[in-house]
Amino acid sequence: MSGTALDPKTAPTFPMAARSMMGDTQLRKNVRHATDVIQAKRARVVGEMPDWQELREAGKQIRQHTMEHLDFYLEEFERNCTKAGGVVHWARDAAEARQIIVGLVKEAGAQEVIKIKSMTTEEIQLNVALEAEGIHAYETDLAELIIQLGHDQPSHIVVPALHKNRQQIREIFRREMNLPELGESPQDLADAARRFLREKFLRVKTGVSGANFLIAETGGVCVVESEGNGRMCLTLPETLITVAGIDKVVPRFADLEVLLQLLPRSATGERMNPYNSIWTGVDAADGPKVFHVVLMDNARTEILGDAEGRQTLNCIRCGACQNACPVYRQTGGHAYGSVYAGPIGAILTPQLQEMHHAQTLPYASSLCGACYEVCPVKINIPEVLIHLRNKVVKQNGMLNAEALAMRAMGIIFRSERRFRAAQRMGRMAEAPLVRKDGRGQGWIGWLPGLLGGWTQVRDLQSMPEETFRDWWEKREKKEVTRGN
Amino acid sequence: MRRGNVVSIESSCGWKENCWQKFSPRRPVLRVSLFITCYNDTLFPATGKAVVRVLERLGHTVDFPAGQTCCGQMHWNTGYQAEALPLLSRFVEQFRGSEAVVVPSSSCVAMMRDHYPKMAEELHDAKLKAEVAELLPKVFEFSEFLTKRLGLEDVGAYYPHRVTYHASCHGLRNLGLGDGPQRLLRAVRGIDLVEIAGLEQCCGFGGTFAVKNAEVSSAMLAEKTTAILNTKAEACTACDNSCLMHIQGALHRQRTGVQTVHLAEILAGDEGAQ
Repeated sequence: MSGTALDPKTAPTFPMAARSMMGDTQLRKNVRHATDVIQAKRARVVGEMPDWQELREAGKQIRQHTMEHLDFYLEEFERNCTKAGGVVHWARDAAEARQIIVGLVKEAGAQEVIKIKSMTTEEIQLNVALEAEGIHAYETDLAELIIQLGHDQPSHIVVPALHKNRQQIREIFRREMNLPELGESPQDLADAARRFLREKFLRVKTGVSGANFLIAETGGVCVVESEGNGRMCLTLPETLITVAGIDKVVPRFADLEVLLQLLPRSATGERMNPYNSIWTGVDAADGPKVFHVVLMDNARTEILGDAEGRQTLNCIRCGACQNACPVYRQTGGHAYGSVYAGPIGAILTPQLQEMHHAQTLPYASSLCGACYEVCPVKINIPEVLIHLRNKVVKQNGMLNAEALAMRAMGIIFRSERRFRAAQRMGRMAEAPLVRKDGRGQGWIGWLPGLLGGWTQVRDLQSMPEETFRDWWEKREKKEVTRGN
Repeated sequence: MRRGNVVSIESSCGWKENCWQKFSPRRPVLRVSLFITCYNDTLFPATGKAVVRVLERLGHTVDFPAGQTCCGQMHWNTGYQAEALPLLSRFVEQFRGSEAVVVPSSSCVAMMRDHYPKMAEELHDAKLKAEVAELLPKVFEFSEFLTKRLGLEDVGAYYPHRVTYHASCHGLRNLGLGDGPQRLLRAVRGIDLVEIAGLEQCCGFGGTFAVKNAEVSSAMLAEKTTAILNTKAEACTACDNSCLMHIQGALHRQRTGVQTVHLAEILAGDEGAQ
């Protein structure tokens, strides 16, 4: 993967991208290992909660309620944050958000910023915009640092460097930090990162963060993390700029009681995040003196306007669906062409793009439902995928091979007579392709066109001589004869 | 064997101890309507025959509404909602008034349970909506009908083979079949049931997913067939021929000699028929 930012507008189709990812043996091994480990940890800490299903339901209710009254809670957040000394900005889209943030950084007179891991800043490609203005952004989350130094892209919303193993990380650090003697133990790597980052923490005066939750009731912002590097970014700089999607708001401080149980257990398989930072505005005695929050829409209100797609916004970005997804497990995250990979990406990305890009993503699922099963706020991802598939079909019209075939099948299924005729025709049509095995069973090893995908690695048993309904009819006749 | 004849049950199932007392006369005889599903009708008639055999052996009568075709799952799940909607009315027309509808496919039952109420809503047809609400509780996946509706585990089957069970995603997650199918299998005489690793992992079929994302589907399938081969089973069974068709496709391509067989066909097995 090159350093080019993941962009749904220019990304190849999912099947194409998946194909190239699947050629990378190392990546597949790393993804499989990492998702196995996280899933096992998650299962363990979820299993010890007797009220997990009730918690999920509570999480869902909180998020659903928030989305139904989003305007109210956003304004409440703005009022309370402002009261506490924060400055709230509203950004309609990614471009506006970038413009506001770049402007604020310049206003602070900064040439460099330190960043906390934030998928929202990845979504709007903030680092590219900052670089263009001569401002260097240092990623301080260990995984994001690996991604940045490796000129790579995040492949998971919680564990962005999940596709890299320790040896690969060591190579990146050796090269980029100029440490030819670096060992490969976790301790060695953590030490190297610490030395590299500490110097940035002490020098750079402007921080940029995302947010896990915006608390309407208090105007506070919550960020959870594992390393403490986030806490450094939140407390050491003089100016702090937080950017958050408008979906991140929660009504009350007490709602965190539910969400901060659901999130860490689902995300990293921990009972609690090692670092939970919640801050409200500014304080003369401590922390940043200037605090900005950029509330970004970027197509979220369009999603909110769609009754069936709306539940997508309930997501609290735990990544459990990615770990559970058998498709993600094979391809890793980059195949999704967006920072939001896996099942949540497959529903979020096309909606953020108003369905004009990423049309293949809603089809990047076998609808197995593993994502829905683990989702801590019960987003019915398969249901949304189907809803989005319907949108894709409507967008593409009826004049293509698939749509015509589907239409023909629809006409066939609406009549028993036509269905029986189609069964007979199917048998005739397949006849030239059928080869008999030693026991007289027919098999098809090659199919043309779209169906060729099937026979790439699978045979297809030929159609039996008699359909079930033919057999049944004969049997009924016999019964009648016998009965008479 | 005549349908519903208790005497013939006793003689054919090879089940020695008070066989027919276990079924009847305490258990009421049900008139079961079979929804075979489009792909089982066309590709897997043996499964339908097996369902009929098991139900009749248990003393129930089976009917087959002739106008039935497809539940609409393929269209619905691929995004062709407009094509799926008329199939809902068709299903209701065919099965209205049924005492129980048995379907040897989890994914088709999941389609009906998860989406039919919403589809009826979309059609703004109050009568259809009411009919759907009345009919759906009577629709059962085959193994579910045996374990939950009839409360049975032992249906008097004999199948002397090493078998592993694949839990299809729709059966597992949408229908919540739990270990019902395994309980039915454990009660089969002669069977050597061996558990598969990664039971809850999708086999990679997913309907049109298997052709639209053939490469990813294949990779998922490779994990599944590896797990099956590791069990050293002669046959892999499931409640869905769709998964099995997919799995069988690879098992045959690799000439593994391992068969796939629908659960109903195992439960229909009799001593003497082997």
